[in-house]
Amino acid sequence: MKSLEELKELRERFQKDLRVRKASDKPKVIVGMDSCGIDAGAREILKKALTEISQRDLDVVVTQTACIGECDNEPTVTVDLPNEPKIVYGDVTVDKVEKIIVDHVVEGNIVKDLVVAELNE
Amino acid sequence: MACSCGNAEENQEKYFAPLKKVLENYDKKAKDLIPVLQETQEEYGYLPQEVLEEIAKSLRVPFSQVYGVVTFYSQFHLEPRGENIIRICMGTACHVRGADKVLDTMKEELGIDDGETTEDLKFTLESVACIGACGLAPVIMVNDNTHGLLTPETTVEVLDQYRG
Amino acid sequence: MDQSIYRSHILICGGTGCVSSGCKEVRSSLEEELAERDLVNEIKVIETGCHGFCEKGPLMIVYPEGVFYCKVQPEDMEEVVEEHILKGKVVERLLYTDPTTGENIPSYQEIDFYKKQQRTALINCGYIDPEEIKEYIATGGYEAIGKALTEMTPQEVIDEVKESGLRGRGGGGFPTGLKWQFASDAEGDKKYVICNADEGDPGAFMDRSILEGDPHVLIEGMILAAYAVGADEGYVYVRAEYPLAIKRLRVALEQAEENGLLGENLFGTDFSFKLRIKEGAGAFVCGEETALMASIEGERGMPRPRPPFPAEKGLWGKPTNINNVETYANVPAIIKEGAEAYKQVGTEGSTGTKVFALTGKINNTGLAEVPMGITMREIIYDIGGGINEGKEFKAVQIGGPSGGCLPEDKLDLTIDYDSLLEVGAMMGSGGLVVMDEDTCMVDVARFFLDFTQSESCGKCTPCRIGTKQMLDILERITVGEGQEGDIELLERLAENIKSTSLCGLGQTAPNPVLSTLRYFRDEYEAHIYEQTCPAGACEELLGAYVIDGEACVGCTVCTEACPVDAIAGEAKEEHLIDEDACIACGACVDKCPVDAITQ
Repeated sequence: MKSLEELKELRERFQKDLRVRKASDKPKVIVGMDSCGIDAGAREILKKALTEISQRDLDVVVTQTACIGECDNEPTVTVDLPNEPKIVYGDVTVDKVEKIIVDHVVEGNIVKDLVVAELNE
Repeated sequence: MACSCGNAEENQEKYFAPLKKVLENYDKKAKDLIPVLQETQEEYGYLPQEVLEEIAKSLRVPFSQVYGVVTFYSQFHLEPRGENIIRICMGTACHVRGADKVLDTMKEELGIDDGETTEDLKFTLESVACIGACGLAPVIMVNDNTHGLLTPETTVEVLDQYRG
Repeated sequence: MDQSIYRSHILICGGTGCVSSGCKEVRSSLEEELAERDLVNEIKVIETGCHGFCEKGPLMIVYPEGVFYCKVQPEDMEEVVEEHILKGKVVERLLYTDPTTGENIPSYQEIDFYKKQQRTALINCGYIDPEEIKEYIATGGYEAIGKALTEMTPQEVIDEVKESGLRGRGGGGFPTGLKWQFASDAEGDKKYVICNADEGDPGAFMDRSILEGDPHVLIEGMILAAYAVGADEGYVYVRAEYPLAIKRLRVALEQAEENGLLGENLFGTDFSFKLRIKEGAGAFVCGEETALMASIEGERGMPRPRPPFPAEKGLWGKPTNINNVETYANVPAIIKEGAEAYKQVGTEGSTGTKVFALTGKINNTGLAEVPMGITMREIIYDIGGGINEGKEFKAVQIGGPSGGCLPEDKLDLTIDYDSLLEVGAMMGSGGLVVMDEDTCMVDVARFFLDFTQSESCGKCTPCRIGTKQMLDILERITVGEGQEGDIELLERLAENIKSTSLCGLGQTAPNPVLSTLRYFRDEYEAHIYEQTCPAGACEELLGAYVIDGEACVGCTVCTEACPVDAIAGEAKEEHLIDEDACIACGACVDKCPVDAITQ
């Protein structure tokens, strides 16, 4: 170790791997992964979401959830940004994942034509 | 023990070979006495007198000092030990949660007293000070494995695992 | 593989407690299940150090949700992966159940055991992979030493530690900054720093957990001390009974060296530091600092008279600073966040937090780090969940063989170094052993004396002979042969041993006797004058176990329960206990369905 700056750079780099353990207030992308979701292809959606997040180096949590009662619209992707209502997208396909992430997660614009529900807590 | 049959000198050499290997890693000073003893005991299972005499010579310390150190620390043993070492924790937490009963059960089962080794050299039983797994009191260690939350019955079950 | 992050981390506790409960098997089963479902690239499995809640082990935490599973078994993994990891459904039956409300609690921060804790020394224990330096660096690790070396003078480091109010966590509570100042002021071309990791107090395992769970924090604390006092070489003296701790520390040392955090010219400065491990060989007295140094020098671990103190003449006659594991583990936070922030926690005379090892007859056993100034009641009832099996609290033993037993009416005492001394106990290393109505206080005193007597190194007479005399008297009392005058004799011996012994072992050895005499004198009197043990613990003062022939239904449950086959009797016939074979373990009493066995 040659300098404090070098150490801090290392920290920045290594921290990314630990992000998932400090998830409470972070933006979340949640994929419906109950049997209904998996049958509809949710696994591929989840993998795609992970790849997109990872490639853009976003500090966003990708996680799974049980059935949210939207079985007809599976696979679903829910975007949960801090202090905003959760937006549920339905009938998501692999090629729509990128748009959801870029438009909504990065830029904050809801992709209206895919929304099936809005959840207020 | 150096054997008296056949070629005594060759046997002698064979016997001390593991010790020689241990000593190679040290610069043979008095400060290395404890680590040398630790590694030597790993090799021989205990510390025979002949081996201790060799160590004293190599490190250039009086034999009395080597003996003094060996008998001071509970980790060192002058007698052969069992294949399985059973350590019964006698720490405070284990004490209030019934370590005595675990020890009694072991003594009864093995037919030996605390600090002794069974005749078939299968087991050595020793009570030890706290092994720091107090959350699971009462605990024992068999070799490097910790077994916790014991009762007299489960003590016997644990022992059976090693009776094989 | 086109992605580098994992969507979930599964942390499995790999502390000694959980290893013995089978966490290794759980891990392999989990990895198999993940592989079978092609999840290996999405889910990372990490083995951490101790999470503190050993009794509920093996423990597992699933992030990002932070779901806390306890007592997990290999066969549970299929369900965890299939339901939780894949489908997002928490496996309810593996959650912690609150013993009072009966509710399942998914997140560990919400569990009473963790709620009142405040972690500084243990902050990374159970959160990071101790065998991966990256994870320590990711939490801001080694930035304190980086800052100290590049922006602070050694004196500024000492001043910061002084200002923080940090006191030695290993026993006496000596101000750490002052200790460093002495070693720094001592003249000498060569100086050493030592970490005392010879955690020998029965009932204490916090140092073990730091070594196993976050070894780098210790290394960083020691480098800071070395820089402050001007040492270039250090030793960690670890007891050999801690094989896992030694292994993890060894890995950590290697990784620190590889990353240039130990060795020559750290952070581009001219400061260099070498750190080595010394394994103890099994002698409690080596926890005494001068005995420990004798042991590193290859001699019998016998204490040396002080003065000269180690700060002036320590290891090989050179100025030496010696602190324990938990003390060093507090230092990086002080340098990084500043003394001011550190002082916000705790009391005026005792700043910061203290890790306590909660054990004995308590519901939640494990490690708890709490702010100084908390009450004993909060620790035992709020964190520890109270006494198990609904029994009555009798006493709490604090501070190991040097400490004392405190009764019920001292439970609201706020805990700090000074308040404990006033009531005849001491902080010691922070072992808290809770005792209930079934614990005999004379037996507890005898237990500690037995321990210190056998661990006395024999160098000085008061300790060698005095503790033996005290033990003889206590043994006599517990077998019903106590005599008039024994109590007074114990008190006299205790005072003499305290005031004339050479080292801390002897000087504090009588404390358990004195404190039990102070608060539980009536129990001593009952043993001596009435030949009874009020707690029903001293076997010689109890009758043998007998089976009431009238009540016995001949069910053979007791004959099967008996571990030593001391009970004879066929089914449907009355059973008999062989008094000579009986070890009085009570196993039959617990099992008898009709309560026919009494003592």
